[in-house]
This record gives sequence, structure tokens and C-alpha cells, in this order.
Amino acid sequence: MKPPPFGYAAPCTLEETLGLLAELGHDAKVLAGGQSLIPLLSMRLTAPHTLVDINRIPGLGGISITPKGSVVVGALVRHAELLADESAHSANPLLRRATSQVAHPAIRNRGTTCGSVAHADPSGEMTAILAITGGSVRVASAGGGQRDVSATDFFLGPLESSLRPDELAVSVRFGAPAARTGSAFLELARRRGDYAMCGAAVTVTLDEDGAVSDVRAAYLSVGPVPEVHDLSAAVTGQPYASADWVAAGALAASLVDPEGDLHASADYRRRLVAVLTERALAQAAADAVARTQEAASCL
Amino acid sequence: MTTKLFGEPIVRREDARLIVGRGRYLDDIGHFALGVAFVRSPHANARIIDIDVSGAVDIDGVHAIYTYEDLDGPMAQPLPVLIPHPDLTAPRTGYALANGSVSHVGEPIVMVVADDRYLAEDAAERIAVEYEFRTPVVGVEAAERAEHAVHEDIPDNVAARLVQEFGNVGAALRDAPHTVSFTQTIERSASMPLEGKGVHARWDAVDESLRVYSSTQTSTSVRAAIAIKLDLSVDRVEVIAPDVGGGFGVKIVHPWPEELLVPWAAIRLGREVKWAEDRREHFISSAHERGQLQRITAGYDDEGRLLALDAHILHDHGAYTPYGIVVPIITSTQLLGPYRLANYRCQVDSMYTNTVIVTPYRGAGRPQGCFAMERTMDRIADELGLDRAKVREINLIRADEFPWDHHLMFQDGRPLIYDSGDYPSMLTKLRELVGWEDFEARRAAAAARGRWLGIGMALYVEGTGVGPYEGGHVQVLPSGKVLVSTGLTSQGQGHETAFAQVVAQELGVPIEDIEVHTGDTRRFAYAVGTFASRAAVMSGNAVALAAQAVRAKALRIAAEVLEVDVADLDIVDGVVGVRGDPGAVLPLASIAVLSNPLRYAFDEASKAATQFARFASDEQPPVADDDEPGLEGRDYYSPVRSTFASGAHAVIVEVDPGTCAVTIEKYAVVHDCGRLINPRIVEGQIHGGVAQGVGGALYEVMAYDDMGQLQNASFMDFLMPYVSEVPQRIDIGHQETPSPLNPLGIKGAGEAGVIPGSAAIAAALEDALGIRITQMPLGPSQLFDLIRAAGDGHADHTFNHARRSQEESA
Repeated sequence: MKPPPFGYAAPCTLEETLGLLAELGHDAKVLAGGQSLIPLLSMRLTAPHTLVDINRIPGLGGISITPKGSVVVGALVRHAELLADESAHSANPLLRRATSQVAHPAIRNRGTTCGSVAHADPSGEMTAILAITGGSVRVASAGGGQRDVSATDFFLGPLESSLRPDELAVSVRFGAPAARTGSAFLELARRRGDYAMCGAAVTVTLDEDGAVSDVRAAYLSVGPVPEVHDLSAAVTGQPYASADWVAAGALAASLVDPEGDLHASADYRRRLVAVLTERALAQAAADAVARTQEAASCL
Repeated sequence: MTTKLFGEPIVRREDARLIVGRGRYLDDIGHFALGVAFVRSPHANARIIDIDVSGAVDIDGVHAIYTYEDLDGPMAQPLPVLIPHPDLTAPRTGYALANGSVSHVGEPIVMVVADDRYLAEDAAERIAVEYEFRTPVVGVEAAERAEHAVHEDIPDNVAARLVQEFGNVGAALRDAPHTVSFTQTIERSASMPLEGKGVHARWDAVDESLRVYSSTQTSTSVRAAIAIKLDLSVDRVEVIAPDVGGGFGVKIVHPWPEELLVPWAAIRLGREVKWAEDRREHFISSAHERGQLQRITAGYDDEGRLLALDAHILHDHGAYTPYGIVVPIITSTQLLGPYRLANYRCQVDSMYTNTVIVTPYRGAGRPQGCFAMERTMDRIADELGLDRAKVREINLIRADEFPWDHHLMFQDGRPLIYDSGDYPSMLTKLRELVGWEDFEARRAAAAARGRWLGIGMALYVEGTGVGPYEGGHVQVLPSGKVLVSTGLTSQGQGHETAFAQVVAQELGVPIEDIEVHTGDTRRFAYAVGTFASRAAVMSGNAVALAAQAVRAKALRIAAEVLEVDVADLDIVDGVVGVRGDPGAVLPLASIAVLSNPLRYAFDEASKAATQFARFASDEQPPVADDDEPGLEGRDYYSPVRSTFASGAHAVIVEVDPGTCAVTIEKYAVVHDCGRLINPRIVEGQIHGGVAQGVGGALYEVMAYDDMGQLQNASFMDFLMPYVSEVPQRIDIGHQETPSPLNPLGIKGAGEAGVIPGSAAIAAALEDALGIRITQMPLGPSQLFDLIRAAGDGHADHTFNHARRSQEESA
């Protein structure tokens, strides 16, 4: 379990990095936190010609909140930094709820949120969060400047994104929650911090009368990409306190098509989709009420 | 007071060093040694047609590539069958490098030695091996069907057929008022030390001597094996076990192929050579354990008395039998547990399969035996509608019935005789500790919040401290430092602390003055090894005896110098004093000086022992005929047979009906290992054992597919529990029934914690779900399948209702 030979480049500017990526194409692999890449190298499951270490590039760190309330996370922001960030938390509490479930502290201290999204692992927490928040990835390339790719267009399959070899993901943007919207994140792993057998990120939006108006859910480890499912049909118009979350969970279970693996059969995963959805939605509805009251008291 | 150390929960002396990174593990040694990688078989059962190394030989930095063809003399012979047994009728072992065929994925075929491990792996990738594929045998049922053979000359795949028997089971089952039969399985797991195996070897061509560091549980025996296999005189070989990063049994097996090949290559190349196993290698080429299928029939009376037990066990032995049939022997003898039984038959068929070899892993066959007996007790209780604790109670050997002779032969070739214990008291303590009587209220409260709660218990007896012997050496240096050495090795159990406590107590010295060394053939050449919960019993008693010899000599010399009677002397805090005369004292350091008559003095202290300073009799030689220079003692402890520790675990589990996730709500342990040297260390051993028991019960499987490929050979998919998965609190009650077999009255404690885990947790899950549990481990996905298969009835807690209603009516 030692990596095969590889070249190593540590560019100091974004321009230099993009030049290298353009030049090396498929032979290059970007190294940020390395929490997925280094084990893959050690197991000789990947053999890139050159690792392009982006850790020295200025301007790729930092978390900012846009005027509309989106949270923009730079490529070198570690999970731990996002987890601890109060401005991000108050802009979108779902981020902390999910980030706290990413692996273990040692991995969160090193692994980057942007790298986790770029890795496009459907078992990753942050891929699902990007999807459900309607977020996007900002990618840069030597010739093409910068462009934003929506989550829907970014994730193509397991470990497969639309990021081209000459492109670098420089930041990810998690969309702002709508008004009167609460969120919740639940996952179940065999061991705490492992890849989840199933995870659910959900949002519940209430109308001005406290009735459910919109319900969405995105899942981990359930499909090839983090799809967002609209579960509103099961509960729209119902008062939040007595909404039929069980029906919403059942609807979700009917919409997904999970696969089985060593740790969880497909049927069991579908059961988890139903149960976690039901429980998460109840939490999210309570969160929506709390946030609505909070917003009202600020006026 | 130095005399109160034995039995005190002092902090482990080695921990500070190990925790802050000052440990010296195998891979910390020899940074400039050549590195080794192996080409290992990717197939479970194949003939080797051709090995083409041409793509690798010219790589810069590659020093040697070896195959079986390069091995010579004893190295070309099969690896030894370490523990022969008359019932092991078809033993098979592999070769250091595969000789024409492979029998499991991971078997070493080619050894590459290069400047470093990275290069060695690069070269290994370029070696092409051509195979003729054969159908692998995976699982004991496939082995029993024998449609294919693991070894062509053993068509039935049976390595050994072991029968343990007393009474007349057939007649007793016929006559029994009730019988119950069932089949159950227990999965494979493995020792999984955090540091894998590893070997470093250095050949001194001038001295013609070999020094080998091995991450082993037996340095003396590795030394003997290397000497024989490499055709060296044993005095030319020294083997040292450095800090060993966990053993749990897998490192008692020896010589591993690498333990021979690394020193063999070091001699041939005249270079330091090192191999440190990586995790994937550990999964596919070390050893596993536990896998058994058990077919059990029990006969019992109306009150739940077990009258006869017939067990037919298929034991998955993997591809080879280098460690003999120790695990089957232990399962078939320790299955009896703390119970009286008049009629018993246990047949263990040890089956070859095309999987990694099976050798002892902490517990060593006992968890399976406990699973068989304890689940039988649960079945009897269920069938009769009786309380599970009461059924156990009525079957227990009573406290006044020791020694209890089962009339079987144990794993040490000696009679299975329980030396001491008090099982009824243990069970009473356990019921109190776990809240057995109050459980139904707790269950109801959990049900009210939508959770299923269940409780289970399991009892065991563990034969510990097997012979044949261990030795100890204690030496007081003129500086006052006390060196203690024993030949068996340490892998983190706290030997540096426990043995120091024993010596401090016996000799009367401060523990700070004591330095303990283990597992180094330069310091102590006679030893057996660390396994079978034997270190405290064997080396503990040996160092106690050696310390007593030193104490006797010190007192004799002090009596001469102080001109008093030995009976008036005592040793406190390293100083010999005369009772009733506070002024007359002599430090042990001074006695150490005087014990060694000198011609030359190098410091002030040693002047006292030179020839013109001593006022000895002109008629006596400086060293008397029956004496030796130096204040030191050496002694050995060799027990007549094993001593039997015991324990009882109870567990409360909570199941989430939605996700089928299992949480351990309470874990209670009553433990009896005779006199305790250090309760803190014993509790630590229990904690670790319980963690591994929970792993075996809820998490760990070796996921072989039909082709014999291990699908979860990494810590990502092999679910060794984290600290977050094991009980946050373990309630422990100690009970001490001293062993009459050894001077210190102690019994082993190393393996105990792991033994009843699967049995107790299976019982608790069964109680929670109302579904019969016949396989372990179980994860939530399997529980979901079981619950679904059982239909809606399971939530009625069928068994519990039957049990409770019958109790109420009784």
C-alpha cells in the first residue's frame, strides 16, 4: 500500500495552476485536502502522472456570504472551518448540520468542502447539500475564465463530475434557504463517521398560515448522483404540526432506486429513506417555525 | 509502603511512553534497511504455471527477486505443524513461498527486495504469474459437501475430526423428558492489531550472528524456528520483540513466511532487510478465527436441568493447519462453561477452505463454545417458559464442588479440572449489577417511547495460564536499580507495571527502582510465549519466585554484615533493616556491591567490595562453594495444569424499530480471575475484550465471495468498532476466588472480556425482537431482513410473552 511513482507540482498562483492543468490534462490530479486521493493512491487505484498541490495558492480560502444569503466556500476551506463558521451557520444552518457528520475530526481538519464536492461521491454529505440548496460550483480554466455550474449539471455519476481536466473548482456556493423554510439532516452509518448507509437532507417551507407549502429532500448513498426529490405532493396544505410525514417518507421511498452493498441491502436502504425522511421532515418543520418566529422578532 | 503494591490499581508505567509516541514498534526500527514487497496470490485455489520476473529484474534499486526455486535446505520444506495432535490426521502447511500451487488469496509467491518498500511494490507489479484456476471451496458447508477439494489429496476437506465425550449422550437424550435441536453460525473475524506483523533482520558477517526484531508474541520460539530453518546454531541468533502494537493471538503463530524470508534474505544480501505488513496484507495473509457452524441437541428436565448435550461443529480452518487444532480443542472443552453435565459429546470437524488460515484470536474458540452453551440455556428457558437466569442457576457447579473434574483433556494435554470458583455468587452479582429483576419496567418505558429493549446474559469459564513454564530473572544492581526479565513478550497488556508490582511486593523495593524487560532472547532465553491469558499467571509467579530468591540472598548477606539473625531482618523501600533497631540498616544497593567480590574498583561504592576492604574469613573463598557472585535470582514456574477463571456478562440492547439500529444501553460484567495484581489493568483488559466482543456480535465479518475473494479487506469496510460503537460505560464487579495452583493465587484475565459478547448480545436481540437469533454478527440490514421475514408477529415479543405468562401462572 505505497503509491506508485508520481510527479508533484506546487504552483503558487492560480494562473500557474490553470496553466499546468491545461498542459497536463488527464495526467494531472489536483491535491487539496487529500483525504480521498491519498488512500486511492496508496491502494494503487489511481496513478496520476502529476499531483498539482493547490495548497499554496492565495485567494482560494475564505467563506463569504452573498447579499442574497448564499454561502460561498473557497477551495481551500477545510470542513472544520466551515463547521465552526458562525456567519455560514446563521445564513444556512443546514451546512453545520451536515458538516458535523462528515467523517471524523482528523479528516474534517484536513479535507476540504470544495474537494469533497469535486470528488462527486454520492455518499458525501456536501454533494447532497449542494444539490438541495440549489448550489453551484465555480470553475476556472486557463482559456475560459470562470463559470458557474449548477449542482444538477455538475454531478454526472458516482465519482464523476462535469469538471474538465483543465478546470479547477475554485469555490462552491450553497444556495440560501427561502423564507419560512426549515431544514434538517439525518444520516445513519454502520459506525459513527463512516460513509452513511443512507442520509437525508431535507427542507420544509411553510406558508404564512403555518401550512406546509414545499418539501424537498436529497439523499446520500442512495443513487448515483445526489438527486433532489420534491415530496410536496404528500403533505402540501397540511398544518405543519399534524402533517403526514410518514406519507412523505413513503413517497420518497417510492421515488428512489438504491443499490445494495456489503453493509445495506437495497430494500433496507429504501426503508432508511422512508424513516429518515419522515424524522428529518418533522425536525425541519419545527426548524421552519422557529426560523419564522426568529425572523418575525427581528423585524 | 512498598509492601502494598500487589492488588493496587496503580497507573500503567508504560503508558506515558506509548501514548506520546515514544514507543519503539517494529517499523520504528531500521529506517535504512532494504524494503520488501510480496507478489501474493490473487486466486483462492490455483496451480502456478509460470512466474515471469523479467519485467522487474532490471529496475534500478531492486536487489533481489526470490521464488520457491531459490529456497534451499530446510527453507524449501513446508512450514512446521507447530502443535501436532493425534486427531489432526491430515495436517497441511504452506511453504515460505508458494511451491507450485496456492490455496488462498494472499499466499506469498514472490519476494522482492529493493531499496525501499515503494520500489519493491513497483517491481512486484511488473511480475507476471500464470495460473491454472481451480474451483475454490468457501465456507464450511461447501467444504462438507466436498464437491471440490482444497488439497487434492484430502478429498473430504477434513483436517481433523475431534471428539470429546463423557457419559452416554445417546441414551441420555432418549431418556430426557425434553429435547431441543438447533443450528447456528458464528462468523469469522480477526485479531486485527493496529500494527501488523513485521520483521527486521541484520546479519553480522564478522560475528557470524543474526539479530532479528519481530512483532511477535513469542521471541524464543521464533528464534528456535529461524535457527532450524536457516540452518544456524541457535546461539548465533537473537530475537527481540520490540514494542508490539497489539497481538490478540495472530502473532503467536510462527514462523510466518516473512519471519524466515527476511533474515534469510538479510544473510544472502549482507544487508539489513525489513518488512512491515500493510493492512491489506494483514487481511489476506495473516490469520482469522471464529467461523463455525454448530448443530446442537440438548436434553433437559422440567426444571431446566441440562441432562445431555450433543454438539456437532463444523470449524472453518482455512487453507492450512500450522497451529494444529487448538481452537477446536478449546471450543469443545470450554463449551461446558460453569455448568454440571453428566452426558456430553462434542464432535468438531475441522474443515479446509480456500481462505486465510484460522488460528487463535483472543478468546480462541471460547466465544464459539460459549455461544453454543449459552444459547442452549436460552432455548431451554424459552421452551419451558422459565427465567433464563434461573435455568442457568440450577445447572451451575456449586461453590463447594471444587476441584471439578470434567474428565476431558484440555488444550495443554492435561485434565480439564476447574481449580476454584463461585459461579452461583457470580450470577447473583450479575443480576444485581444489570438490574435483571427490574428489567420489565425498563422495557415498558422504552416501548412507550417507541423503542424495543431486550436483555441477555452469558456465562463462561476460561482455562488460563497454560504451561509448560515461564521463567523470571531479578537482579539488583550496585546502583540500586532492580532489573526484572522474563522471556515472554508484551503487546500492551501492562507487563511492565504488573510484574514490577509483583517484584516490588516480594522484594520490598520501591516500584520506581524496577525496570522490566520482556521478550528479548539476549536477556532471557527460555520462554514459551504470550497467549492463553497466561502472562500474569506464568511470568507473574516466576518473577515472584525469582524475587524471593534475591530477597533470601540479600537477607543472608545482610545478616552476616549486621551480625544479626535473618529472622530479625526485613526489607522496606529497598533497605534491609533490623526489627527494633532503627539504626541498623543496609541498602540493597550496598548488598549488591558486597555480593560481588572485586579486584578492581571504578567508583566509591565498589571500593567496599575489593579484596583489601572486605573483612572476610581467611579460611573461606571470597565466593562460597554454593554461592554465585551478584545479587540476582532466577526461577521458573511450571503449573501442574491450567487455572480456570470465570465470568458473567449481561447486556441490555435497544433497537430502533424504524432503522433497526442497535444501541447498547447497559453492559455489566462480573469477573473472577483469582487474586488481582492490578484492578486497573484487569478492567482495561475487560474493556478491550468487551469492545472486541461487541465487534464480533454487531459489526465484524470477513466478507468472502464464492470465489474466495475477501471483499472487505480494509478498515473502510471491515467494521472494527470505534470508541463510539462500544458501550460508553461498562459496569464491572470483581469476585476473587484465589487459584490453589500457584503461589500468587492468580488466574488469567487477558481474553475474558471477549468471550460472552456474541452469546449475550444474541440473547438480548432475541429478547428485544421476539425473533429467534441463530447467526452472529448481525447488523441493522440483516435485522431488517429478519424482522421482515418474521412478519408482523415479531413485535408481540412472542418468547417474552410466553416466558412472562408462564412465570405469572407459576
